[in-house]
Amino acid sequence: MPETTTKIMLPSDFADAPISLGRRGLNALVTFAALGAVVLVLLPLAAVFGYLIYKGIGSINLAFLTQIPKPPGEPGGGMANAIGGSVYILLIASSFGVPLGIGAGIYLSEYGRGTRFGNLIRFTADVLNGVPSIIVGIVAYGLVVLSQGHFSALAGGVALAIMMVPTITRTTEEMLLLVPQIVREAAYGLGVSRWRTTLSITLRTATSGVITGVMLAFARVAGETAPLLFTAFGNQYWNWKINQPTAALSLQIFTYAISPFDEWHRQAWAGALILIVLIVASVGAVRLVANRGMLKGAN
Amino acid sequence: MANRALGEPRLTGPQPLPKEAVAVGTQAAAKPLITAGDSRVADRAFYFAMLGCALSVIGIVGLIVYELITKSNLSWHAFGWRFFFRSDWDPVNDQFGAFPFVYGTLVSSALALLIAVPLAIGVAVYITEMSPRGLRGALAFTTELLAAIPSVIYGLWAIFVLVPLLRQYVQPFLARYFGWTTLFEGPPYGIGMLAAGIILAIMVVPIISSITREVMTAVPQQQREAVLALGATRWEMIRTGVLRNARAGIAGGVILGLGRALGETMAVTMVIGNRPEIAKSLFAPGYTMASVIANEFSEATGDLYLSALVEVGLALFIVTIIVNILAQFLVWTVTRGTPARGNA
Repeated sequence: MPETTTKIMLPSDFADAPISLGRRGLNALVTFAALGAVVLVLLPLAAVFGYLIYKGIGSINLAFLTQIPKPPGEPGGGMANAIGGSVYILLIASSFGVPLGIGAGIYLSEYGRGTRFGNLIRFTADVLNGVPSIIVGIVAYGLVVLSQGHFSALAGGVALAIMMVPTITRTTEEMLLLVPQIVREAAYGLGVSRWRTTLSITLRTATSGVITGVMLAFARVAGETAPLLFTAFGNQYWNWKINQPTAALSLQIFTYAISPFDEWHRQAWAGALILIVLIVASVGAVRLVANRGMLKGAN
Repeated sequence: MANRALGEPRLTGPQPLPKEAVAVGTQAAAKPLITAGDSRVADRAFYFAMLGCALSVIGIVGLIVYELITKSNLSWHAFGWRFFFRSDWDPVNDQFGAFPFVYGTLVSSALALLIAVPLAIGVAVYITEMSPRGLRGALAFTTELLAAIPSVIYGLWAIFVLVPLLRQYVQPFLARYFGWTTLFEGPPYGIGMLAAGIILAIMVVPIISSITREVMTAVPQQQREAVLALGATRWEMIRTGVLRNARAGIAGGVILGLGRALGETMAVTMVIGNRPEIAKSLFAPGYTMASVIANEFSEATGDLYLSALVEVGLALFIVTIIVNILAQFLVWTVTRGTPARGNA
């Protein structure tokens, strides 16, 4: 619909003027394109999960879950030591990373609000969050492996702990900030000391939010491979010694995926399925806790 | 809720009088239950413990910088700036040049962004502006699920699904119809720069789209209503009312995605081919900074070799830090409360 620009148009003039075909067409085209983008993005997601289930489920059996790897090329064997090793390394990582992260989060929200030093910590945590995982591996190698003299579960745990800290710090801070100031003041009014208020009142009110942060950090590092390559290193056998090389599920998947053996490829898929179930379960648990948690009531 | 949290805290301050004390009357007042001193000591101890945790964050970053700089010293003194412009990587003769890795990292990341940016923005636009309200949460959750899949699983999937697909269908097609660009030449191995770019794109889409959604949501609703009231179609409203205002934040999201793509290790290592070559064709194998560290670090013999690898790491660290800081600044300009003015 050609419109003249010389004449002054009033809104009433447009009341029943149809939007031109070109503009409507473009609108439809863009809507279609956006929908197409969604489909294109969901396609690989479906493909990844589909293949994991399709290839993985047939390969998970009792032997896979209870045995250690057989020598290359031999059929059978499993990833029991890698699953155990992953849990072990993650426990080590959590025992360092969780208290440090929560502590730093408490500092930021309870003492460092609006201070320059608080901002510096916050900024540093964000920087740390963006450090590529392989770099964290180099640092853990330099710190732990070189001083111990060999690859170890501890080194892997330290690397993963470093990656957990910034996520936990920032979510803990955000969750504690959501706790109303009045709640703290009520506790002070009863004569409760500050540290006790922070731990028993503030932190406890925000428990579900803090747990969410911890689980997100956990899910993030559970599948990490790069920082374990030259820290935990991998192991074909069981190991529970903290200063010895340890197998990990993600490392085992990597080794098996780039190997030339069909049997190992099959096991890589099975391991990947177990890993993803672990991660999705923890993320799902987070949503459940976050949705019906205490935090919701506090606000 | 706070009541529940208040459960039975062991109070260290003045406490309500015990029942029998109230009954008896006078004697309880004479005897304070705690002394003032101990909560002050505990408070200080707690403060310093939390301060220690906070300082550890700075300590970790400091350690990373210290480790990378001291361990790469040897290589830095041997090669200087030339390290990043030489393309010979020869551990046997102790000659190291990182240019093929820098090139591979830049090309694979650029390719990833080229594919991911339109998709991610499309997804964000659809979710925030077009999708039915009931579908919004589910779509957002599903696209973010892509970010929860570990890198090594993407790599596994790429080796056994994506690469054969590229080799059999996509690459012959590209070579036939777009061969004249000289970007798609050579034997279609499947493995190579193209595969790395595609898998990286899949991995950065959720990052870019979640930031884009965040900044688009930060644009005030009145902006949309104002543009719609002028008679705009929905797309015109999105373009002039939303995207223009969120521009800086979207750029931040893209750069954040770039930061992720630059440092991504496992999936790329599994499909890029790991050959330190510089080829124009996207079918050719390449190598990235992160992959060379992943592949060679634990086998590096010789101090100079190890030092050269750490120097590659240091360069990667510096670039990703700069990229991330820039991205955060851009996102902050949109989400700090006042939307960025579209003055250009």
